[in-house]
Amino acid sequence: MSDVKKFMFVNRKAPYGTIYALESLEVVLITAAFDQDVSLVFMDDGVYQLKKGQQTKGIETKNFSPAYRALEGYDIEKLYVEREAMEARGLTEEDLLVDVTVLSRAEMGALMDEQDVVLSF
Amino acid sequence: MKFGIVINEGPYQHQASDSAYLFAKAALAKGHEVWRVFFYHDGVNNASRLTEPPQDDRNIVARWSKLAEEHKVDLVVCVAAALRRGIKEENLAQGFRISGLGQLVEAGIKCDRLVTFGD
Amino acid sequence: MLHIINKSPLSGGTLDSCLATATGGDILLIEDAVYAATRGCAVEAKLNQAMGRFKVHVLMPDLEARGLGDRLAEGITPVDFGGFVDLVEANKSCQSWL
Repeated sequence: MSDVKKFMFVNRKAPYGTIYALESLEVVLITAAFDQDVSLVFMDDGVYQLKKGQQTKGIETKNFSPAYRALEGYDIEKLYVEREAMEARGLTEEDLLVDVTVLSRAEMGALMDEQDVVLSF
Repeated sequence: MKFGIVINEGPYQHQASDSAYLFAKAALAKGHEVWRVFFYHDGVNNASRLTEPPQDDRNIVARWSKLAEEHKVDLVVCVAAALRRGIKEENLAQGFRISGLGQLVEAGIKCDRLVTFGD
Repeated sequence: MLHIINKSPLSGGTLDSCLATATGGDILLIEDAVYAATRGCAVEAKLNQAMGRFKVHVLMPDLEARGLGDRLAEGITPVDFGGFVDLVEANKSCQSWL
């Protein structure tokens, strides 16, 4: 058990404009194989990663958003979205691809403090 | 203490690799171990042996190679990110090796601290 | 916890996000974030206000490289790369606000 650490992946960037969101998701999927305690956090523009209805045909880029739905199958179930970031973008939970836990900034900060490893992309 | 370092940006374009290098050097000088440096995203470009900076500039790639040789630092380049960007065994600089993302997760598990440098 | 920031406070919301979210601890300003550590910068008051919760450090080589080594704002602790390492060591975890 001593080898189980709390990993938090912090996503603060929007998808498609840069590759960070996609490659971050690749790390998350791999981490699932290591039986660690994984949390995924979406803050600031990172919230846009979870927007429903992404249509990427017109930019000739792979739509990777369905992969967020697959996370559950990898036993990655701790997905957190920052309330203030979501609201600032005119979004509600209804707009998101997956079920998430919505946290206030303060709750998010407290969750960060509990982590052993925080990776941000 | 055992440190792991993650670098997410390429050389010269962004300061990340420079900051990471100076951090690694300072950690080693203090007697810490730099167990692994993991190159991800455009950071994989730090591993290209085809890099040729001007004479009066620092050689970022060679600097990493030297650090790896002198201090046994494990320089790991993410295979998926590398293939996307044309980094392969045949143009890999000395001291670097290509491997999977699991090596990043392992660094997170094994190291006392993991520090990320990126944009 | 150590919060590492590398973006100019005037061109993005990274410093604001960190100040609004993190519960406290150490903040280290590196790369383009060092502008936040200068006297007369528009975020000086905001940073001063946060100093109750955070201890703010700046990576001096980055500040000096940008011609502002003599403009360090009050209350901010200058560190070199060795000090950066010490901060990482002293905190249980660190987050780079990329």
